[in-house]
Amino acid sequence: MTWFTRRLRRLAPQLVALAIILGIISLIAPGFLTVSVQNGRLYGSLIDILVRAAPVALLTVGMTLVIATRGIDLSIGAVIAICGAVAATLISDGYSLPVVIAVSLGVGIACGLWNGVLVAVLDIQPIIATLILMVAGRGIAQLITEGVILTFNDDTFAALGSGSLAGIPIPIYLWVGTALVIGLLMRRTALGFLIEATGINRRAASLAGVRARFLLFSAYAISGLCAAIAGMIVTADIRGADANNAGLWLELDAILAVVVGGTSLNGGRFSITASLIGALIIQSINTGILVSGFPPEFNLIIKAGIIIVVLTLQSPAIMTLFGFIKASRRSEKLNHGTKEATR
Amino acid sequence: MIHARNLPFVTTLAIFVIAYGLCVLQFPNMLSTRVIGNLLTDNAFLGIAAVGMTFVILSGGIDLSVGSVIAFTSVFVAVMVGSFGVHPLTAFLAALVISTLFGCLMGAMIRYLMIPPFVVTLAGMFLARGAAYLVSTQSVPITHEFIDTMLGFYIRFPGGGRLTLLAMVMLIVFVVGIIVASRTRFGANVYAIGGNIQSAELMGVPVGATTIRIYALSGFLSGLAGIVYTLYTSSGYSLATVGVELDAIAAVVIGGTLLTGGVGLVAGTFIGILLQGLIQTYIVFDGTLSSWWTKIVIGILLFVFIVLQRTIIWYSDRRLAVRQLKEV
Amino acid sequence: MSASHALLEARGIGKSFFGISALEDVDFTLERGEIHALLGENGAGKSTLIKILTGVYRRDRGTIYLEGSEVSPDDVAAAQALGIGTVYQEVNLLENLTVAENLFLGRQPRRFGMIDRRSMRDRSKALLARYGLDIDVDALLSSYSVAIRQIIAIARAVDLSGKVLVLDEPTASLDANEVKGLFTVLRQLREDGVGIVIITHFLDQVYEIADRVTVLRNGRLVGSRAISELPRLDLISMMLGRELQHITRDHQAEPETIDDRGAPSIQFQNYGKKGSVAPFDLDIRPGEVVGIAGLLGSGRSETAFLLFGIDRADSGTATIDGKDVSIASPEAAIANRFGFCPEERKTDGIVGDLSVADNIVLALQARRGWMRPISSAQKRELADSFIKSLDIRPADRERPIKFLSGGNQQKAILARWLVTEPRLLILDEPTRGIDIGAHAEILKMIERLCSEGMSLVVISSELEELTAVAHRVIVLSDRRHVAELSGRQLTTDGIIRAIAGTGETEAA
Repeated sequence: MTWFTRRLRRLAPQLVALAIILGIISLIAPGFLTVSVQNGRLYGSLIDILVRAAPVALLTVGMTLVIATRGIDLSIGAVIAICGAVAATLISDGYSLPVVIAVSLGVGIACGLWNGVLVAVLDIQPIIATLILMVAGRGIAQLITEGVILTFNDDTFAALGSGSLAGIPIPIYLWVGTALVIGLLMRRTALGFLIEATGINRRAASLAGVRARFLLFSAYAISGLCAAIAGMIVTADIRGADANNAGLWLELDAILAVVVGGTSLNGGRFSITASLIGALIIQSINTGILVSGFPPEFNLIIKAGIIIVVLTLQSPAIMTLFGFIKASRRSEKLNHGTKEATR
Repeated sequence: MIHARNLPFVTTLAIFVIAYGLCVLQFPNMLSTRVIGNLLTDNAFLGIAAVGMTFVILSGGIDLSVGSVIAFTSVFVAVMVGSFGVHPLTAFLAALVISTLFGCLMGAMIRYLMIPPFVVTLAGMFLARGAAYLVSTQSVPITHEFIDTMLGFYIRFPGGGRLTLLAMVMLIVFVVGIIVASRTRFGANVYAIGGNIQSAELMGVPVGATTIRIYALSGFLSGLAGIVYTLYTSSGYSLATVGVELDAIAAVVIGGTLLTGGVGLVAGTFIGILLQGLIQTYIVFDGTLSSWWTKIVIGILLFVFIVLQRTIIWYSDRRLAVRQLKEV
Repeated sequence: MSASHALLEARGIGKSFFGISALEDVDFTLERGEIHALLGENGAGKSTLIKILTGVYRRDRGTIYLEGSEVSPDDVAAAQALGIGTVYQEVNLLENLTVAENLFLGRQPRRFGMIDRRSMRDRSKALLARYGLDIDVDALLSSYSVAIRQIIAIARAVDLSGKVLVLDEPTASLDANEVKGLFTVLRQLREDGVGIVIITHFLDQVYEIADRVTVLRNGRLVGSRAISELPRLDLISMMLGRELQHITRDHQAEPETIDDRGAPSIQFQNYGKKGSVAPFDLDIRPGEVVGIAGLLGSGRSETAFLLFGIDRADSGTATIDGKDVSIASPEAAIANRFGFCPEERKTDGIVGDLSVADNIVLALQARRGWMRPISSAQKRELADSFIKSLDIRPADRERPIKFLSGGNQQKAILARWLVTEPRLLILDEPTRGIDIGAHAEILKMIERLCSEGMSLVVISSELEELTAVAHRVIVLSDRRHVAELSGRQLTTDGIIRAIAGTGETEAA
């Protein structure tokens, strides 16, 4: 098996699901697949999906790593609000774009490190540890914006959300670029491999000399960084920071995307690409329901239906059943083989 | 003697008493029965949901679907009564049956598919919210003679405060919750499962049936909270009560229940609810502080209590280790 | 119910997990008023047997008779109802409940549907009084010592079941006085006609309390004897190895003394940790195999944990080539080029979902740090060369390691350390749960490695294995290094005598 066919096999379920969903939508809504060029910019529902998927896709990248360590990060929706608030405040105060971006990213990483301390040093369960920032985060964001929706007028920053470059909207560059950089960081260094080892069996990995704490820190820090980028896109898009609603429940969409992408919530082997396809599936459903003229209230029910099916198929009970069938087949084969051999 | 395991509860109680005392020093009016009555009424639905959450967390689980189930129930009841003219009591009964069955189903998935409670109830959260949208996306007002009668029923305190029916329902739920947790076999089983599920199973606790009942109870109480919320707002709205599960979890944890299960008191959750209400009331009285301080203070309290619990566990582990050292 | 029937009788019990046999054709008989010790090393099948008797596992084969009639307990509750109660060592009672709640969990006295706390308290007091215990039953269980918890657990089990009491390692964390107290309780229960099965690894206690022993080894019955007719040496050899044989080993013929191998390169002096292993001295020369022998619980694995920095030593020093080093964590040990193949392969060794190749390069990658990745070509090459030289099967480096057999997993873990080219490799039970073919290969490999100059510490309960590969054997007993055998003294016989506490005098 070559590298390529192995990749394809890993991504096949997600790709097929995405194709089916896009196919169904295009049957219901003709013109769904059309992409046109207006004023030198690409337009169309597909492009719309790619643009709107940006925040969830970014969160998904970080969430994939955190889940690979056998953790979960509930705080990223709130981190979006915090970083958005920071960016909007700095922009209105007239700071230059590089400063705004650097500070916002720094705040996101700091939020991630806070979670990392609770999880890696204080040994608090990830759900509980990140719950603290999830609850307090929106309050902190409101504190920064002083409770109003802080709007600003800065076209350069707003371009992060609504601008385009060479015909392609900038948010697409941002999430694809971030995913590429982090994906390469994971796979071109040993970071991804060591994170997987830690997530699967932290004790065995530690006994082999893996520095599990450092890896936990880096996973949560990257998650905070991704949330910061997402926060800037969301803020730039509406030219304002809405501390109450920015990124609300997006962490749940990101978890869902990772689960649909086939990365187990029990940690271990992860695929950022598969998670991203998961994020695209979710956004396609959202957009598809809109363009097909279905009432948007179906959105959540359909999402819930998908998550329940995926979870049931992935559940330990079903897995053990499959594993058992496989194992017994294998041992049959094995017995057969040894019998042959002894003969 | 205060046992280390009850320390979080005692701490909460002390913090509440001190905080309340400080508030009263600054605003003597906060001692009035009117304020107390309002505090109870305003937090009635949250308190009811938090009782269910207490049982779930005591068993070592978590229920994220609470807010969505409340929203579903409220919009369901509002549409049944408002649009279809069903008698409120019938609508209440139907809503409670649905929410209880919903809880049962989640409990069964947790137990028999072995999916973590967090994930199952997350799916449940989407499902219930989606179902609420399907019923109606509008805010549905609700008027009915019977409901007016219910809302008109209250006990007057000396000093002008009112103990409304909604507050009474919450207090009753707390009393029943306290009795169930401490005086029934079901309650003992909940603590046992939260303490150590393997030991509980080896000691003959019916883990499967108990798990399903715990989530059914949480579903039932979320439904009841939804009914109370409907009465409180006189309407049903599918976008309402987003994130109530977080407030409920916060109340439970601040009330001294260990998030890992097995230790805690329903009465502690009551103090947790009062403490949250107190923060809100203080902010209203102060007038200059903004509402977001509620979230920040609750976050800080959560942090303090989680670290406190962690320290207690460390401390008792170390004490055990020291004792074993002495023996060797 | 005739008196001629044994209280509990199991015939031809067999059980396997996922095709791997854990228990084969085991018979077990327990009489009324008998204390019956069930002995064997880790993985001998003791816990599988009692879990089958107490309804935790279903047996695959065999029959169980209780007082002459066939029974088939499907779960713990069913076994309890039949009269078979169990007290487990670890998973025991619930620390977060009170004593009374623990005693009456699931059967609380009730009045009007509510738990009658007063009656529960009174009955708890009365129940514990029979065991000479007068404590506050409304206090949390966690506020009492392990010894008292143990008696509470026994009280619950006997009150609930009353015919058969199974005790799994009841004395593991008790001090001498507490053990005495526990034994008084057991003797009284014996008087009352209760049949008691006790699992323990303290042979002194077996001789003190048991009437009969049954020994299991590798899932098979070795034998069942009355303790009065069984000398201690015979018992140890039943547990650890084949019959007492005076096997002539090679190194008796090769008078090569270890001093020829040069000065010790790794030295531990007065090294120890309170509550784990008493301070010991250990010198290891290049190319030397040091064996560590002892019964389960004697401090074998704890010694390995100390050497590899998993447990932190609280006394003594470690020196390598004359330089003081600190081995406070596995990372530090690895930095000093140590390696460790743990006994608990599944939880401490393999990273199950990762491929064989990934598992092989894990320690090397961890040592290089995340910024210097091992290229996939290098990984392939390393994995393939070790898959070939260690004959790991199936020879598929991409297969998740959890799908390999125990022996092949063990070889892959060995490979993980060999790629780091360690100076010292610590092997804890390297051949446990491994088929015979792989067993021999691993022994051969140990010899090859030390001929290449690597030092090894091998911990094993297979005495023949130790005498075959080790140049020296350290014998542990009661968490203390009690003897060191080498040259002519190094025989299975010698080790058994040393464990039994008669070794030094006779071997000298």
